[in-house]
Amino acid sequence: MSPLTIEELPPRDAGQDGRPVLEVEDLSVTFTRRGEQPTRAVDGVSFSVAPGETVGLVGESGCGKSVTSLAIMGLLPRRGVEVGGSVRLHGQELIGAPDRELRGLRGADMAMVFQDPLSSLNPTVPIGVQVTEVLLEHREMSKKDAVAEATRLLDRVGIPDPSRRLKEYPHQLSGGMRQRALIAMALACSPRLLIADEPTTALDVTIQAQILELLRELVVDTGTALVMITHDLGVVAGLCDRVHVMYSGRIIESADRHDLFARPRQPYTGGLLASVPRLDGARGAPLHPIRGSARDVIPWAEGCAFAPRCDNAQDDCLTEVAGSTVPLEYDGPGRELRCRHPLEYPRTPAGATASGAAR
Amino acid sequence: MSAVGDVRRRRIDELAARAGQVPEGEGGVSLTRSAFRRLRRNPVAILGAVIVVVFLVVAAFAPLLAPRDPLAQTLLSEIRPGFIPGSQPGFPLGVDELGRDLLSRLIVGSRQSLLIGVVSTLLGVVVGMALGVLAGAFGGWVDTVVMRFVDIILSIPSLLMAISISVLLGQNQWSLMIAIAVTQVPVFARLLRGSMLAQRGSDYVLAAQALGIRRRRIVFGHVLPNSLSPVIVQATLSLATAIIEAAALSFLGLGDPDLARPEWGAMLSNAQDFLSVRPELAIYPAVCIIVVALGFTLLGEALREALDPKFRR
Repeated sequence: MSPLTIEELPPRDAGQDGRPVLEVEDLSVTFTRRGEQPTRAVDGVSFSVAPGETVGLVGESGCGKSVTSLAIMGLLPRRGVEVGGSVRLHGQELIGAPDRELRGLRGADMAMVFQDPLSSLNPTVPIGVQVTEVLLEHREMSKKDAVAEATRLLDRVGIPDPSRRLKEYPHQLSGGMRQRALIAMALACSPRLLIADEPTTALDVTIQAQILELLRELVVDTGTALVMITHDLGVVAGLCDRVHVMYSGRIIESADRHDLFARPRQPYTGGLLASVPRLDGARGAPLHPIRGSARDVIPWAEGCAFAPRCDNAQDDCLTEVAGSTVPLEYDGPGRELRCRHPLEYPRTPAGATASGAAR
Repeated sequence: MSAVGDVRRRRIDELAARAGQVPEGEGGVSLTRSAFRRLRRNPVAILGAVIVVVFLVVAAFAPLLAPRDPLAQTLLSEIRPGFIPGSQPGFPLGVDELGRDLLSRLIVGSRQSLLIGVVSTLLGVVVGMALGVLAGAFGGWVDTVVMRFVDIILSIPSLLMAISISVLLGQNQWSLMIAIAVTQVPVFARLLRGSMLAQRGSDYVLAAQALGIRRRRIVFGHVLPNSLSPVIVQATLSLATAIIEAAALSFLGLGDPDLARPEWGAMLSNAQDFLSVRPELAIYPAVCIIVVALGFTLLGEALREALDPKFRR
């Protein structure tokens, strides 16, 4: 990977005191459709991100990761969607904030990198125009300065020959370069919060590594808070400080990266780790997938949503038997867990070492 | 073994030397310029452009090109019931039912026909696009109101609509154009709204929103340019329909009252009484309409392909 030149950004006075950049409290998102039962896609999700910290939201497709990120950005449609709880960016409440205010924050103070770089770029507009329009939108800047700044930005995210690339269209760039361009757009106004929604899923493995490295450097150098949404445990192992595992719209386990990989407590987390292929495993050893699919859930109101697929499940995982739903509880320093029958240690679960999953 | 290895090594060296270079004509060319470049390489586009240009030139220089006065009833004395003279020296395509030179009338008539086609289509596109942008950009109740309005226009038979408007505005060539334009408006409005709504749900719009780009900029800078290609194609098709519709209105007596201006549609409808005597009187203006329509359609289709970055190689 080519060496990156990261230039110093003006220091942010806010956030230097270690206060969290983003605080999400009891966030819930309900989709209502006429004539249909409302669907609760996100339910009571709380977490916070400090400056320079990387927080991972992990889970399989449909568990509510992306909806969470869109709710934070205020990008969910107004109609048919109910967002509850609280999202604060540097203390400023975002839920229920007027559109105009949110638009001013988006791109300037918080930005997002999407999964598919090709479809996230407008095919009929040159890259340069798409980068400069962000600058012109949020910064008092002449067109000429904006072009110069855009060149600098593309250079900073490691796109060679940036002044030529500015004039090119998305289809003329490689996949990795497109994602770099998107990151450049997201970073144009040096936001304090960056949400990356599976930024490497559409890329091949070598490019993935470069993009992750780029994100890591940016976070370290600029003190940006990064929310990393992914289903890739390799990404989590390489990048995230804290990890929240989501299942069916709720956080079921929160821990620091090392703790999580060393001793996953939720059987779901354990299952995820066990289903990752390992280099140090025996040759030909079968992988251990989690039974069933993400559709085999029961509503949280009736018990643990993961119970139908869980090897540890017992009768009291159901609300009917236990008399209450499974709560998210303190589980040792820095850990939270939503499970009545977690994996116990010192027994080492299959495939649960940090090095194994990190690859 | 080593020979093969050499060849492969050379091939790799060549590839490496070329790596990072952009093939000529691709690196950062503006959209319009590269579209133009691709148009020039496309034989269909050339054919369409040649047809359109030829007719435009003919229309522009009609008075110079017409061999005779299109209004002079030179051969009137030779016309008898059941006989209209055909091709003869000085009258390559023969004369019409009033003894006027057909070729001259076709040449001069191209002015009026092209004018009606182009102006009424332009009017229709402009108004239709304005309504379509309104509906597509705002959605919600604006969309509902605009689209119901458009539906009302659409529910009235286009000919009936055109007749009412011609009557309302008085009989002249401008009211004819407006009448035809009004019947085109719903098509463009619906088309643009539909493609804008489809674009609005796309990822790059969400990405632009996530970057805090204001709505006006998203609509005009991102959504609209991506929604235009069906409108462009439809406009070229509408040009042909407009010319034909003008003919229909002329036939109903609502056309241009100024008989001094020959027009293909009017010529076509006049010729129908003499189909059994001299079918050429209908065939020649019909061929002109078809060829012009074909020219615009080919050009429009090629233009759509050229403007669509996904077709770029």
